[in-house]
Amino acid sequence: MQTVFRELEGKSSTYYGLLGGLGLLALLGLFAAYQMEHHGHIITGMTNQVVWGIPHVFAVFLIVAASGVLNVASIATVFGKQFYKPLAPLSALLAIALLAGGLMVLMLDLGRADRLIVAMTHYNFKSVFAWNVFLYTGFFTLSAIYIWTMMDRKVAAFNKPVGFAAFFWRLSLTTGTGSIFGFLVARQAYDTALLAPMFIIMSFCYGLAVYLLVLMAAYSWSKRPLGDLVIRRLKNLLGVFIAAVLYFVAVYHLTNFYFTRQHEFERFILLDGGIYTLLFWIGQILLGGVVPLILLYAPATRQSRSAIASACLLVVLGGLAQMYVTIIGGQAFPLQMFPGMIESSSFFDGVIHPYVPSLPETLLGLGGVAVAGAMVVFAIKILRFLPESLDDPAVTLSHKAD
Amino acid sequence: MSDFDTYRRRFMGGVLGVAATAALPAGVLFWQTAQGEVKDGPPASDKVRWGMLVDTTKCGTGCDACVRGCDQENGLSGDTSPTSPQWIRKVQVSNPRTGYSFSLPMMCQHCEEPPCVDVCPTGASFKRADGIVLVDRHLCIGCRYCMMACPYKARSFIHQPVTDQLAEVPRGIGCVESCTFCVQRIDAGKQTTACQDACNAEGHQAIYFGNLKDPDSEISRRLASYRSQEVLASLNLHTGVRYEGI
Repeated sequence: MQTVFRELEGKSSTYYGLLGGLGLLALLGLFAAYQMEHHGHIITGMTNQVVWGIPHVFAVFLIVAASGVLNVASIATVFGKQFYKPLAPLSALLAIALLAGGLMVLMLDLGRADRLIVAMTHYNFKSVFAWNVFLYTGFFTLSAIYIWTMMDRKVAAFNKPVGFAAFFWRLSLTTGTGSIFGFLVARQAYDTALLAPMFIIMSFCYGLAVYLLVLMAAYSWSKRPLGDLVIRRLKNLLGVFIAAVLYFVAVYHLTNFYFTRQHEFERFILLDGGIYTLLFWIGQILLGGVVPLILLYAPATRQSRSAIASACLLVVLGGLAQMYVTIIGGQAFPLQMFPGMIESSSFFDGVIHPYVPSLPETLLGLGGVAVAGAMVVFAIKILRFLPESLDDPAVTLSHKAD
Repeated sequence: MSDFDTYRRRFMGGVLGVAATAALPAGVLFWQTAQGEVKDGPPASDKVRWGMLVDTTKCGTGCDACVRGCDQENGLSGDTSPTSPQWIRKVQVSNPRTGYSFSLPMMCQHCEEPPCVDVCPTGASFKRADGIVLVDRHLCIGCRYCMMACPYKARSFIHQPVTDQLAEVPRGIGCVESCTFCVQRIDAGKQTTACQDACNAEGHQAIYFGNLKDPDSEISRRLASYRSQEVLASLNLHTGVRYEGI
C-alpha cells in the first residue's frame, strides 16, 4: 500500500499560536543579536576566560541534533528498512531546520557577524571551522535533494544514492563538530579523538529524541493517527542510543582517571565543580540518561505516550546540560601552563573562571531553537512531509516485515 | 535618427561624463593609498626570526613595568576586568611542594607552529615571514576559536567599542588581539619592544629581544650559552619566547 502524505491543514488556533509563539521567540533572538552587535559581547556573560558561552551550547546542540535527526531517513534508505520510509521526509526536514537554527546562533554570536562574507570567501583549509563551512552547506544541499527524491517520483531513482551520500556526509559533519573540540591541544577537557565518535553517538540520541517529540506533537495536535508500532520502534532505538552515550561518557572519564595529570580536571567536573558537577550528575547523567532509560523500558511506563514524550524531553534537556558541561565547564577549568604548580595573575590564571549567561545571549540561543521550530511548523503546512496516517495497520501495510 | 535617439545618446554621454568626473578623485585616492603601502618599507623577511628571552631570575615579583610599558605603547587601558584585553600579564608561579616560586611575563609566545593559526577559519590569524604571529583585523570574524586553541591564553577579545586608539595600533570591537612583538616599532626599524624597554628602565634587564637567526645577536649568544626553556615545551610548538630559570 502506498503511504499518502498530506500537508497539515494548519488553520487551528493551536497552529497559529505555535507559529506565532515561535516567531516571537525568533524575533526576540534577533533583537538580542542586534544588541550584542551594537554593544559588543560586554552585554553577555562571556569573558576573555570563558570565550564561548550559552549561544555555543545551543548552537552545537542544534547542529549535532541536526545530523542525528537524519538517521531516521538513513535507516529507510541506507539500511533498507521500509518501515521507516514514511518517516523519512520529516527527518530530512528537521535536519535542515535544526542546522539552520544552530548556524543562525553561531553566526550571530560572532564578534563581527557583519563579516560573514569574509568567512565565505577566505578559507584556511587547516582549520576544522573552515571544513565545517563546507560540511554545513553540503549538508543543506544534500538534505534538500534528499527530500526532493522522496517527494518527486520522477527522481525517486536517485533516492538511494542521495541517501547514502547524505549518510556519509552527516557522519563527516558530526566528526567535524566533535573535532572542533577534539583538536584543541591546549585544554584538558578536549584534546582527544574520542570526542568525534562521541559527538556522533550524541547526535543519534539527541536527533532521535527531537524527532520523536516533533512527530508525537504534530500527530497529536493535528489529530492524525499515530500507532504504537512506530512509537515502540523509535523509542526502543532511542533507549539504545541513550545507553551508548552513557558508555562513551564513562570511557571518556575513565581514561581521564587513569592519567594523573587529568585528575584535577576530573575532580572539578565530577566532584567540586559547583554548577558543572550538578549539571553533569543531575542534568546529563540522571535526567538526561538514567531517568529516560527507566521511562522507556520500565513495564509501568513503557507504553505511556506521555512517559515516552517526557523521556524525549529529558534527553534534550540532558543534552543541553551535556553541552554546557563540555563547552563551558571545559573552559571554566583553568589552563595549566605549569602543571603541578600554583599559578596566579591579573588575567585569572590558575583560578576557576566564573560564567553566568546573560539574558541577550540566552535569547539568542533560544531564538535559534525557535527558528528551527518555525521552519518545521511552516514547512509541514505547505509541503507533504507527514503521512496522513501512521496507525498500526497503515505502517504494517506500507512495508514488508523487516 | 529620431529626436528620442539623439536625446538618449546625449543623456548617456552626460551620465558617462558625470561618472568619469566622480570616479577621478576616487581613483586618485586609491592610487595614493596604493602608493602609501609602498612607503611602509620592505615586507617581513624570513631571514629574520624575532624572538624573546626572559630571565625569570631577574624578573621582579610584583613588578609590572613590562605590562604598563605594553599598555602605553599599544594604547591599552590597563583595566584588568575579566573582559579587558591584556596583551601581557605577570604570572606568579609557585611549587606547592617545595615552596619555590618565580614570576614571569606571559604573552603571545609567537610559536613557529601556532595553534591559533591552525584553527583560524579565515586565515586572519597568521604568522609573518619573520615569525611574528598577528591577527589581520580585516579578516577576523570574532569566532574566538584561536582563544580556545592558544595554550598560553595569550589572546583577548574586544568586548566593547574601542576609543582613543593609537594610529599605529588599530584595534576594534568584535576582533581578537594579542601581543605583536611591537610590530609597529619593528617595521619602523627599531629593535626593542616596549616591555623590554620598560623592564630595562626599571633596572631589571630581564628581557632580551632580537633576531634568533643572527648568531651574533645578543639573544642568540645568550641562548647558546645558558639553559632556557619553552613554556609547555612538550607541545613542541617551538615558541619565539623562551625563559631562563623556570
